[in-house]
Amino acid sequence: MAQKNIYEYDAKKLIASELPKYYPDFKYHDKLVVIDCETDLEKTISENLWINTEKVVVKPDQLFGKRGKANLLLLDASCDEMKDFCYNNLDRVCEIGNVRGALKRLLVEPFIPHEKEYYVSITTERDGDLIHFSFEGGIFVEENWDKVIHVPIPLGTDITSFDLGSKLPDLGDAKEILIPFIKGLYHLFVDQDFTFLEINPFAITGDNKVVPLDVKARLDDTAMFLHADTWGNPNDPIEFPAAFGQTMSEKEVYIRELDEKTGASLKLKVLNPVGRVWTMVAGGGASVIYTDTIVDLGFGEELGNYGEYSGNPSREYTEIYAQTIIDLITETPDPAGRSKYLIIGGGIANFTNVRATFEGIVSAIRNSVEKLKKAKVKIYVRRGGPNEKQGLELMKQVGEETGVPIKVYDRYTHMTRVVALIKQAEEAGGA
Amino acid sequence: MEEYELFNRNTQAIIYGFQRNPIQRMLDFDFVSKREKQSVAAIIRPTQTAAISYHKVFYGYKEIVIPIYKTLALAMKKHPNTDVMINFASFRSSYETSKEALESDTIHTVVIIAEGIPERQSRELIKIADERKKIIIGPATVGGIVAGAFKIGNTAGTLENITLSKLYRPGSVGFVSKSGGLSNEMNFMISQTTDGVYECIAIGGDRFPGSRLIDHLMRYEANPKIKMLVALGEIGGTDEYAIVDALKSGKITKPIVVWVTGTAAKILPKGLQFGHAGAMADSSKETADAKNRALKEAGAIVPDSYEDLDKEIRKTFDKLKQEGKIQPIEDFEPPAIPMDYKTAVRLGKVRRPTDVVVTISDDRGDVPTFAGIGLDTIIKDKKSIGYVIGLLWFKKELPEFAQEFIEIVIKLTADHGPAVSGAHNAIITARAGKDLMSSLASGILTIGPRFGGAISNAAKYFREALQKGMNPLEFMGYMKNVVQINIPGIGHRIKSVQNPDVRVQLLKEFVLKNFEKHPHLDYALEVEKLTTSKRNNLILNVDGCVGITFLDLLENLDFTQEEIEDVIHSEALNGLFVLGRSIGMMGHVFDQKRQRAGLYRQPWDEILFTD
Repeated sequence: MAQKNIYEYDAKKLIASELPKYYPDFKYHDKLVVIDCETDLEKTISENLWINTEKVVVKPDQLFGKRGKANLLLLDASCDEMKDFCYNNLDRVCEIGNVRGALKRLLVEPFIPHEKEYYVSITTERDGDLIHFSFEGGIFVEENWDKVIHVPIPLGTDITSFDLGSKLPDLGDAKEILIPFIKGLYHLFVDQDFTFLEINPFAITGDNKVVPLDVKARLDDTAMFLHADTWGNPNDPIEFPAAFGQTMSEKEVYIRELDEKTGASLKLKVLNPVGRVWTMVAGGGASVIYTDTIVDLGFGEELGNYGEYSGNPSREYTEIYAQTIIDLITETPDPAGRSKYLIIGGGIANFTNVRATFEGIVSAIRNSVEKLKKAKVKIYVRRGGPNEKQGLELMKQVGEETGVPIKVYDRYTHMTRVVALIKQAEEAGGA
Repeated sequence: MEEYELFNRNTQAIIYGFQRNPIQRMLDFDFVSKREKQSVAAIIRPTQTAAISYHKVFYGYKEIVIPIYKTLALAMKKHPNTDVMINFASFRSSYETSKEALESDTIHTVVIIAEGIPERQSRELIKIADERKKIIIGPATVGGIVAGAFKIGNTAGTLENITLSKLYRPGSVGFVSKSGGLSNEMNFMISQTTDGVYECIAIGGDRFPGSRLIDHLMRYEANPKIKMLVALGEIGGTDEYAIVDALKSGKITKPIVVWVTGTAAKILPKGLQFGHAGAMADSSKETADAKNRALKEAGAIVPDSYEDLDKEIRKTFDKLKQEGKIQPIEDFEPPAIPMDYKTAVRLGKVRRPTDVVVTISDDRGDVPTFAGIGLDTIIKDKKSIGYVIGLLWFKKELPEFAQEFIEIVIKLTADHGPAVSGAHNAIITARAGKDLMSSLASGILTIGPRFGGAISNAAKYFREALQKGMNPLEFMGYMKNVVQINIPGIGHRIKSVQNPDVRVQLLKEFVLKNFEKHPHLDYALEVEKLTTSKRNNLILNVDGCVGITFLDLLENLDFTQEEIEDVIHSEALNGLFVLGRSIGMMGHVFDQKRQRAGLYRQPWDEILFTD
């Protein structure tokens, strides 16, 4: 939704193809290669002769920064050194900023010898954009943040006639290069609907060419329809990768595929497979609040999942979604024999048919009676909206008929009170 | 209207996009709120051809019309006092249409419903709105509601919910949230814990909403009828700090209960989309915890968790009440809206006599059925046209000999050359430049007592003769002396006993071979013996043979005499002739059209001019 990270490789490719329109002096070497676990290294080297003839840089391209500090940046390397680095690091699990994940993707590009590292980034605000510039680029830019100059560019500014020079410190000889480069970059940023672009650092080579070394970028994916000729080509759209370390389980992939098939929304993220509190909440806003309340009331460690269904999904899709969550909650009964809790929650729906969606959930419950009893699952229901009476009645009935403990609450019970009730049940011994 | 108001009981809106349901829901709300005039002044439908058309809607029990304009410009010109536009255009076109409204002189408030508008476009719209002192609500929102006064589109859901949440009359609470989905929940909760909502706005979940929480809170602060404020913020962005600043600088003086959602983000994996587009904390300042803390420190009433939000709202309201700041509300029973006919039918609450009874086909299911037989079966089993005619004309699965007979008749009657009335008319009409349907109709319209009439007349009189038990001689006398016409179906210009008509021979052979009984044909052949003894060209001709053998067909199907009477009465026999001959007449029309044949004019030498 809206702001999406893109790979450094894609960001550089986009800059390479679009920046010369606004800054004709930009002559990018265009030597960029991605190495992943499937890459045939020898073949890649034979197709990109420069890897053998020039010194190269190798670094992960998986949306995380501070690669130099994490010792994941190979500089000024020979071809053999590059191969060793690839063999040693691909598929290696490491921890970056408290997130564990496997290294899956490395970027190889020519090593550009340089003395000075510059910093430039562009961010968006409500009433305009901000260009951030510093002579002190590189890995210590955050420590030197007070040296960064921030230039507000009001919305709708014609950057070509904007007096950028007076807003920046004395750039010296580099002025003739830096001003048109930054202006061109800003133009590109606006025209291509970037929402964030950071080049840290970039260098100016001996022949006065600007070379972006490390790039981080986000695009506004809602603008995709405006960029069918560049990154939004419907046949070959740019990739919006998941954050580092985020892998999807089989069931999560299954729900995502289901979500893509329907006009409604079905979301699932498993947080703790052995957690004892699971949610199946209608609506994006309500799902956030239930999750908050579970954490606020001290069940964060027991929270099994985050997810939501909304947009009036059909009875069938709701049943599949419910079945998936029931399968997950019943997969491993608590070793200590404690109860598990499933919250079938939601606010008062605008137009989602409560009866129809509940019919789907009820039939998933009916199909899972033994599992639910074995895993000692207690179900708490709270919901309102069109046909709420019939929907809630269905839930009561299935509880009575199957013996699965189901407590049912309507709009007159505060939306998250079921979380407090679960807490009471736990404190009373979880029986 | 006061400066702090965007909508009141007289506000009318232009709806961009032909949205039947939201429009009807707005009018239903108007009715239960006892508004004097409806809240929708006009609709814009850019896809229509007409400059103005009309949409029928219910206003309570009555039906009224709302004009639909092709362009916003015309709508604004015709409705200069309408200052709200509710924009249902898609994310692709919402920017242009919203911009047009914002740049106009008459529209003051633009509500943008679409989700997925590029951030830069939203920001450009915000800039225009700021410059022109206008208000945007949205994008990506359901809108909002002023209780008892004005409802935006689908806000507040069903009428039942509106009544339960007491939104048909104003309370004392001003509520604003990002999420539109939760506004329903909050409206109801506020109606249970206070005297109800005065106004509720959902600003939408985008990172750059057209108007912010603070913009609406400041309006609520200025509105003397609003006694307390409730706001629901969200993780991500810094807009909530504007509330902190307003509290600190004393710009907000009314009690305000706030909760920022997304406190759980701290335990969720980084990068997980948690709620809305704007819901991503870029820095520690943007977390829900930080914002809740800052709001509390600035003097807002912030619960420890959403779980306690209802209690805090109730407590705050009760305190105001104790202080005597709440005026008692004049509540009333909202008038009931008549149930929609469709809903009532679904619930089994009404019944209505139908106007038409149809017994031959049904297209309501997955596959249309003809007399109960699915069209798919008919195609798969390679059933004949004769079979289909049997289903649709006689409601019967005809035996194969009957199907074949019908197809023979269609072939026999398909064409009789260009000179006969039907083909001639069709040709002339086609050459006058008329379309296929007109040309064919013009040909068909000649079918009647004279052209093609011999078939049905032959059937009529031979049947009468047989029914009355006349012998062939008596029948001939009857036709000559009583009816006083030549016997229909007897006689040919060229063909004779010695030079028989091969068409008649083939049909006779088929009937004699395949029909178990053929009393009419037998009788006609007896009549023919007598007539041909007078003159050798008084033979049973093809029209007569078709008519008479059709009667025999009916005798061989499982029909009672009454049913046969119905078939004949229904003109099924004419139907066969029309059906068959239409093939030929269309052929002639296509023929003329292919040739681009020019207008036909009868030559003078074919006409005798005289006085």
